[in-house]
Amino acid sequence: MTPNPVVFGVILVVAFGLFALSCYRRFSLAAVGKPDDRFRPIGTRIWNMFLYAFAQKRVAQRPFGLNHVTLFWAFLVLVIANGEFLVRGVFPGLSIYLLPAPVFKLLLLAFEVVSLLALVASLIAMARRLFFAPPYLSTAYVKATSFEAFLILFFIIVLMLAYFGLHGAEIALARQQGADWMPVSGVVARLLGGVGPEGVESFAALCWWVHAIVLLVFMNLLPLTKHMHILTAIPNCYLRSIDKPNTQPREEFRKGESFGVGQVDQFTWKDLIDSFSCTECGRCQDVCPAAITGKPLNPRQIIHAIKSNLLANGEGLKRGEKPALPLIGAEAEGTNTEAALWSCTTCGACLEVCPVLIEQMPKIIKMRRHLVEMQVRFPEELLGVFENFEGRSNPWGIAPAERTKWCTTMNVKTFEKGTTEYLFYVGCAGAFDSRQKQVTVAIATILDAAGVSWGTLGKDEKCCGDSLRRLGNEYVFDKMAQENVKLFRDKGITKVITQCPHCYSTLKNDYRQYGLEVEVLHHGQLIEQLLKSGKLRLNRQVTDLGKIIFHDSCYLGRHNDVYDAPRNVLATATGKAPVEFSRNRANSFCCGAGGGRMWMEELVGSRVNVARAEEALKETPDTVCVACPYCMTMFMDAFKDLDKERTRVRDVAEVVAEGLRQG
Amino acid sequence: MLVVACIKQVPDTTQVKIDPVTNTLVREGVPFIINPFDIHALEEALRIRDRFGCRVTAISMGPPNAEATLRKALSLGVDEAILVSDRCFGGADTLATSNVLAEAIRRLVKREDVGLVICGKQTIDGDTAQVGPGIATRLGFAQLTLVDRIEHFDPEKRVIRVRRKLEGRHEIVEAPLPALITVVRELNRPRYPTVPMRLQALETQITVWRNQNLELDENTIGLKGSPTCVNRIFSPQREKGEILGDGGKDPDGAARLLVEKLRSKDLLVV
Ligand code: SF4
Ligand code: SF4
Ligand code: SF4
Repeated sequence: MTPNPVVFGVILVVAFGLFALSCYRRFSLAAVGKPDDRFRPIGTRIWNMFLYAFAQKRVAQRPFGLNHVTLFWAFLVLVIANGEFLVRGVFPGLSIYLLPAPVFKLLLLAFEVVSLLALVASLIAMARRLFFAPPYLSTAYVKATSFEAFLILFFIIVLMLAYFGLHGAEIALARQQGADWMPVSGVVARLLGGVGPEGVESFAALCWWVHAIVLLVFMNLLPLTKHMHILTAIPNCYLRSIDKPNTQPREEFRKGESFGVGQVDQFTWKDLIDSFSCTECGRCQDVCPAAITGKPLNPRQIIHAIKSNLLANGEGLKRGEKPALPLIGAEAEGTNTEAALWSCTTCGACLEVCPVLIEQMPKIIKMRRHLVEMQVRFPEELLGVFENFEGRSNPWGIAPAERTKWCTTMNVKTFEKGTTEYLFYVGCAGAFDSRQKQVTVAIATILDAAGVSWGTLGKDEKCCGDSLRRLGNEYVFDKMAQENVKLFRDKGITKVITQCPHCYSTLKNDYRQYGLEVEVLHHGQLIEQLLKSGKLRLNRQVTDLGKIIFHDSCYLGRHNDVYDAPRNVLATATGKAPVEFSRNRANSFCCGAGGGRMWMEELVGSRVNVARAEEALKETPDTVCVACPYCMTMFMDAFKDLDKERTRVRDVAEVVAEGLRQG
Repeated sequence: MLVVACIKQVPDTTQVKIDPVTNTLVREGVPFIINPFDIHALEEALRIRDRFGCRVTAISMGPPNAEATLRKALSLGVDEAILVSDRCFGGADTLATSNVLAEAIRRLVKREDVGLVICGKQTIDGDTAQVGPGIATRLGFAQLTLVDRIEHFDPEKRVIRVRRKLEGRHEIVEAPLPALITVVRELNRPRYPTVPMRLQALETQITVWRNQNLELDENTIGLKGSPTCVNRIFSPQREKGEILGDGGKDPDGAARLLVEKLRSKDLLVV
């Protein structure tokens, strides 16, 4: 059956014209963003696109994701079917039947199969939303059962039904080539058996028009809904950040400029494309420690607010007007609350799960920068902390002279240029926190026992600046980083052992932006090497700590992929592998201290550290093992709160040091 | 109207040690900071500016490197920074210092209407609390010390009423302008600089006044103008501490003992 090609041609041109117009409107809005190089290296990018977009690596990681994978692939195949359908509507002669018979028959079979799959998948998706929607599908701005979601699913279902109806009718009218290869349409044809030819003919026409109109309306809805991701997800995977977004880009401090992101066009164009790519799947919300514990932060809401803000302000910004809707601070759709921005622990869990590789956390930091650097708006407890970092290079404001107090019981050498091999970078917690000082001593004891050549910077050691950077105080971080990098260079330091994952990540990743290329090892990694190479021999197997569970610190694990070293160390020291949290390794749940949250009050919702401690208690451990000073504090506090102080908290190094004791 | 904030760069005294042999301050490697009380003086000056639209000048006497302190003041938003610096001002005690600062402020008075001078209640290196009152005396300004709240300020009617924080009580006093106040930390919460202000402060010219500009008699300034002489500096012997109760076994009992002890020494009043 063919409609009037001229009439349909006009409809087609109009539909595509409108589609192109709304695409242009949206994408040209993203062009108000700042430049960002996201095009090289091509090879890696194509691979990412294959892995995440076409193979749907992350989508498929969740059981229900398979349903989406099915729809996605059905969609790709049906692009051919629908393309042919539209072309044939205007040029009836142009069709797949021009291809050799075996080819078009195979295609017809493929269309049948995937259409059926798509139909079933859409029905399942609808049922899921209706009857067993997981909580993370809903947020303040969208419900799992939103009209939009159902409309799109409904359209897909209608399209599939119309497809089968049309081809069933064609078969019934004996006009369909390759009918043997069309089992589903064949069934429809049989159902039409009792209807007269005229009735079948009008049914075919009806199906044709329904298919055509729904298809074109569907296409036009894409750029206007969350289904925009159908257009942007694939490019978004191509454009992903090649480095892990575990650090933030530097800012150049030139006079007359604005710092951080305070209005939507200060984001990069990629940030804005991100906002168009969100599928509203809710995965980030489902893993975010802030969202889970009832804080005002929900990473997908951040992305959504950026999109709404861009839609509200974009046209004006293009004309050079001031934005009417503020990006931060107002209580309206399309703005982020300050409280939300301050709730992030920078744990990176959102980055780890987003199926379309949206970078949520870096955007939060960009907005924090604006609040700190331009507005001086931050939780009041941070004022003293900022002054302490800047004035005394540690968060507590303790006199720098006290940095060496931890080693009163040991003979600690200072790093000597040219003779000492490793710098032991103790870090603020290791130097000042009374509990953590014990870990410092344990590490030092291990290094000595293994005959490592090491030294510290003594009183000259400065804070690495991690908290400042994550809190958005980039200006002061920048000063500190430059001083530290200079100090490291002057001292000829090439190898560093850090006690804290935050120092580790900062020295390793952030300082690279300042041209510092040194080998950085977390103490867990070095101890693993020492044990493996036999340089470190334990005197006994550590059994008195009972059942040990290991907590992955975000800055070691997710941000730097160090998962095995601490586990191997524990296994060697205790003779058995540590027990795992139900959320472990890349899925680990933050202790709540990262991103400078360590220095802030946590007054809203439940406490992140308590949530994690409760998760630990489910495995009934005797000891929680950590590799991070903040994690240690957070666990100890949580066990105190829970009245479970009998559960010990130990650093990996302390367990190993136990093994060095005689007898 | 101009509000003048007097600030001083001091060694971070929590980091200063006294050399047990020579009994002198070991200043080597000790960072300099802005005197903590002066930050509050500066903040109050800025708040008055924000409310009444006057101008703020920060003034500091010290060696050339005291410039850093004035840069900080600039980054917080003062309109003008003056460094009073000359070799012949060196070694000054509180008398000579107030002579110099009073003269510097007098120059400002000649230039415009100075309504208020604000100083920290004392510096953490000298701890004398004399310079503020000394300046007021030499300028003939009313002096209101230990201010923890400004109750009323009226640049039109030229009057200021403040609350003074004294031991165990408060006192509310009023004075006509021009006046000098010295402030305690409870007065306000200092602000934090924005980055554009910091960048601006790096480029702003700091005015330097030498004795050439102030034309003070050499006998009233520096070491010569300082009647104070320091005989000896030493760290006091610390009384040995005492362990009360057993916090590990009986925390409640230990806490009770501690409270009693603090009460008996009048350190806790309940
Ligand atoms: S980084 Fe962590 S805390 Fe921050 S938004 Fe992402 S998941 Fe939430
Ligand atoms: S940001 Fe990513 S993970 Fe979060 S809802 Fe959107 S698509 Fe899903
Ligand atoms: S303190 Fe430890 S768990 Fe917590 S944010 Fe840092 S690395 Fe993550």
